[in-house]
Amino acid sequence: MDKLKNDSAPPGLPAIPATWFDRKGLVQIGLLALLLLAPLAAYLLGHVYYVNLGSRITLIAMAAVGLNLAIGYGGMVSFGHAAYFGLGGYVAGISAYHAFDYSPFLSWPIAIPGSDSMLVIWLATILLCGLLALAIGAISLRTTGVYFIMITLAFAQMVYYFANSWPSYGGEDGLPIYLRNTLPLVDTGRPLTFFLLCFAGLLLAMAITSRMMKSRFGAALTMARLNDTRLATAGISPYPVRLVAFVVSAMITGLAGALYADLNGFVSPTLLSWHMSGELMVIVILGGVGRLYGPLAGALLFVMMETLLGGLTEYWKLFLGLVLLFVVLFAKHGLMGWLAGREPHV
Amino acid sequence: MCVVTLTLFLEQLINGLQLGTMLFLMASGLTLVFGVMGLINLAHGSFYMVGAYVTALVTVSTGSFLLGLTAGVLAAAGVGALVELIVIRRLYHRPHLDQVLATFALILIFSEGTRWLFGSSPLWLSPPQMLTGFVTLPGGARYPLYRLVIIAVGILVAVGLYLLISRTRLGMRIRAGESDREMIGALGVNIARLYTLIFAMGAALAGLAGAMVGALQSVQVGMGEPVLILAFVVIVIGGIGSIKGALCGAILVGVVDTMGRVFLPAFFRQFMSPAEAAGVGSALAAMLVYILMAIILAFKPKGLFAAHG
Amino acid sequence: MSETVLSLNDLHKRFGALQATRGVSLDLQEGEIHALIGPNGAGKSTLIGQIAGSLAPDQGSVHLAGREITRLSVAQRARLGLGRSFQVSSLAEPLSVMRNVMIGVQALQGHSFRFWKPVYRDESLLAPAREALERMQLLHRADTPVSELSHGERRQVEVACALALKPRALLLDEPMAGLGPEGTARLTELLEALKLEVPILLIEHDMEAVFRLADRISVLVAGSIIAHGDSVTIRQDPQVREAYLGD
Repeated sequence: MDKLKNDSAPPGLPAIPATWFDRKGLVQIGLLALLLLAPLAAYLLGHVYYVNLGSRITLIAMAAVGLNLAIGYGGMVSFGHAAYFGLGGYVAGISAYHAFDYSPFLSWPIAIPGSDSMLVIWLATILLCGLLALAIGAISLRTTGVYFIMITLAFAQMVYYFANSWPSYGGEDGLPIYLRNTLPLVDTGRPLTFFLLCFAGLLLAMAITSRMMKSRFGAALTMARLNDTRLATAGISPYPVRLVAFVVSAMITGLAGALYADLNGFVSPTLLSWHMSGELMVIVILGGVGRLYGPLAGALLFVMMETLLGGLTEYWKLFLGLVLLFVVLFAKHGLMGWLAGREPHV
Repeated sequence: MCVVTLTLFLEQLINGLQLGTMLFLMASGLTLVFGVMGLINLAHGSFYMVGAYVTALVTVSTGSFLLGLTAGVLAAAGVGALVELIVIRRLYHRPHLDQVLATFALILIFSEGTRWLFGSSPLWLSPPQMLTGFVTLPGGARYPLYRLVIIAVGILVAVGLYLLISRTRLGMRIRAGESDREMIGALGVNIARLYTLIFAMGAALAGLAGAMVGALQSVQVGMGEPVLILAFVVIVIGGIGSIKGALCGAILVGVVDTMGRVFLPAFFRQFMSPAEAAGVGSALAAMLVYILMAIILAFKPKGLFAAHG
Repeated sequence: MSETVLSLNDLHKRFGALQATRGVSLDLQEGEIHALIGPNGAGKSTLIGQIAGSLAPDQGSVHLAGREITRLSVAQRARLGLGRSFQVSSLAEPLSVMRNVMIGVQALQGHSFRFWKPVYRDESLLAPAREALERMQLLHRADTPVSELSHGERRQVEVACALALKPRALLLDEPMAGLGPEGTARLTELLEALKLEVPILLIEHDMEAVFRLADRISVLVAGSIIAHGDSVTIRQDPQVREAYLGD
């Protein structure tokens, strides 16, 4: 099945998905259907808990889609994506906090009030996460390899300690969101509606990634990952290409974070911690790095392990560690590689 | 003007040096392992924890801190060697991403395993009786003797490492390994054994740091993680693979971090209300070493003493 | 008559105590193959680095088509029309031949920050890439991943990648290295035809190929050009015979 080739294609076509109904296509449809239908069924059966669990999986998957763009497609091993996930969460939290008690977020030099509109929050998240990633990326991408890993980790840690010691928004205790932020026309407070919103967000993030990777920009980013000397020799500087991908990646993860805060009704420095960065990486790897559906598969596996093993033992992360060790040492292509076969062109 | 007494300054400077020496113990192992084997090891903080736990347990059951410390360091070295044999040596030729994830998995296993065995509440470990006293500093302040001993141990280790690397056969092999991995094979050195030895040595230093600091703070699961990340900052600043860089970086980070936490809030009190100053000052102080790192990297992307190219 | 496309003017480069390049000047004219030869350690790689932009000279200048490029980056020089191939093949192994060549076309058009239109439907990328492959007689391999190509085919892809840039000058670093007699003959033929379109600065070990292809030869020894001329002159130069040909 791997060797399947599109014979009718004119010369030079990169591999196009031949059909939705080969093994890979079926696995992908199956994963999407599982994620969509299980919470719907839970809703019909009256188990709100599982609807929210579906939202949780969806948002973690979306955050991992962002990270996968950096690690899997861009070859930039960011160990600090919790910074964007948490920043998105804090944008939602802080904005709701000011909207709730009608206090201004800023009164000088310009007045910025809080807002409980998700549209405003999303826009602010995209903007702020983009700016943060631009600053961090601009410095970190001057380095490569282990330096890049450690520096992204260190910068995320900086944001974490800042949130921890800045007293205005709860410090290490975190900040509650008393009322879920709102959208026009829909009631975001209903678990199913909120789940569908998250699901749409995940689909959008995946569609953007997929489309982008097929574009000229994607071609340049792929070359930057595989062989940046070739890219430079061809006349394209790798640095700005990587930086833009890094920023887009952070925006996607940040948006997932904003929704995640709304799901939990709470935001705390935990979202910014390096464990969060590590777990997002784990999800990307468990699912299959550089695969469009990898983050989805990884998030399903991760949250299911957390729920099932976590129900059996308090020390479930011990087993997560063992599974992860096994996957890294012996099953490099992750769940998607196992289910759907290897990607013909990496 | 901000009133800083000389005594306070001296005291904080020594505190910074003490943090620096401890960071050096962590960072030297990390940087050696990276320099010689090209491996990034997140689980280094776990050896710190192992050293502290074994020291605490043995000290409590035998009543001797020295015995506990010896056991702690040996245990860390042993666990390090074992981890190298079972997991780490499969990772030398893998991409850094795999190394990060596998060693992240090791953290999960060590932390949750320890929690399972010893519970979540911290163990108590106090410094030995003979080191609990105070020393009078110039200016009259009393400073805990034990902290000075930590600094002394750190200096001893730094000198020992220097002599080991510059004067001994093992050191020659380590240096050869850093500059040219093919060459040590050609010298007829058993590379596998050399790697295990270096890894265990790094683990022992981390265990030593954990044991000594465990007696100062508390011994608990996850105690190695904040230190690990600071140690990363240290070796990024110093230049990955360079022991000299690790030493300079450690002292720089230790002193800047300690001084920032004390003097930044004091500085902001000059023109802010005390509550505001405490908030802004402590938030900025928490970020200070990372800002330092960013500035250094902006000028020297490979750190102050880049060992590789 | 013929116009200077690429010129090096008094380049110097020092690494610590080692003076790797000592005042090298040479030029490349329209329509010619200018070969640069020299024994191992003569400083060829350092010189190539300074031409291509991965190394900055300590002193001296590089001009491409009348424009100074001494301080420009590798990518900027490529966009101005400096195509190069590497001694060790530097292609993206998992990607198809086409994808490797297309990236040069994309760079030439200067639109790498387009996020929407899929490249595999973009005729403005595909057509010039096909043309470059056709030029190197490799169109039939367009869909093959580079990892499945023979050594000789990779060499041809390298040149095709450089051609995709519509270069003003080509810098080929030992393109014959590792090729069998058949591959060498084939590539020699292709380069001979190519030089009329784009002049080539050829760094090469294979003396037979050099003497056959080159219009002019410069000999680099210990960081300096010790001799310069056509193949007959070089063959007979006593200094060259002593320093290089080992007589």
